[in-house]
Amino acid sequence: MAQYTQLGLQDAASPLMEELLHFHDHALMIITLISAFVLYIILTMVTAKTTDKYILDSQEVEIIWTVLPAIILVLIALPSLRILYLLDEINDPHLTIKAMGHQWYWSYEYTDYEDLGFDSYMVPTQDLTPGQFRLLEADHRMVIPVESPIRVLVSAEDVLHSWAVPSLGVKMDAVPGRLNQVAFVASRPGVFFGQCSEICGANHSFMPIVVEAVPLEHFENWSSLMLEDA
Amino acid sequence: MSDAIGEKIKNYRTAPFDARFPNTNQTRNCFQNYLDFHRCNKALSAKDQDVAPCEWYQRVYKSLCPTSWVAKWDEQMENGNFPGKI
Repeated sequence: MAQYTQLGLQDAASPLMEELLHFHDHALMIITLISAFVLYIILTMVTAKTTDKYILDSQEVEIIWTVLPAIILVLIALPSLRILYLLDEINDPHLTIKAMGHQWYWSYEYTDYEDLGFDSYMVPTQDLTPGQFRLLEADHRMVIPVESPIRVLVSAEDVLHSWAVPSLGVKMDAVPGRLNQVAFVASRPGVFFGQCSEICGANHSFMPIVVEAVPLEHFENWSSLMLEDA
Repeated sequence: MSDAIGEKIKNYRTAPFDARFPNTNQTRNCFQNYLDFHRCNKALSAKDQDVAPCEWYQRVYKSLCPTSWVAKWDEQMENGNFPGKI
């Protein structure tokens, strides 16, 4: 989850998010260096005591400040396109889960074998136990097996919503009457939080998403228990 | 039922990648498998053959389609006003 006053991205929990995070760091480093360099040049030129300030031309520096930016752009574009194509790789999922957006909660359906479905409401602030996160916890989490390719089909039953989990690098609009596919792998066990990302009415900020990645045996036990409770 | 399709159904894990629907929008994938299940049932029953191979389409549409959509379509089929061509 995001910490208070956090500026950067959350720790990655999927391989794609790791790639995105590294690319973000790479691009941010480049633009920080460029900005620092430009600031230095500006300060130097403003504080210099030179009299000959009206330079008419210089072929050499013109070449440098054309070629160097072109090279920098290529160094940004190549990793960017690589990730763009990685996102479109064909997946072979082990499990399909449907995430349906409602006003104002999510419901999850696991129907590959049995018909398991349940609703996931935010835990109200007054019902939180110590250590739980305000506006992020849900009564039922979407449990998935760790290190398994998962396909999530996102849709909505009323208005537009959006299913997002930043640490997994996932965001997909929930459109009524449409089934949007997103795939990911949770590379490590853990609990990952997200929030509805499309304005959907009064309680848009109060319908969080909680994904819990556990080892496969734990997932099988959990799904058996959930089916019994249903 | 042929061995190949029987094996596929027995080892079913989840709906596999379908090259007819390679993109994000899987709405048609869900609907097409629902249609194909009912068409398969109708075609095989008409020829007095075993409808067991049709189970593949049922497993796929159950994996992909939201239960509310399936419930609505099943009700429409019962009432005779399902919009798809079976």
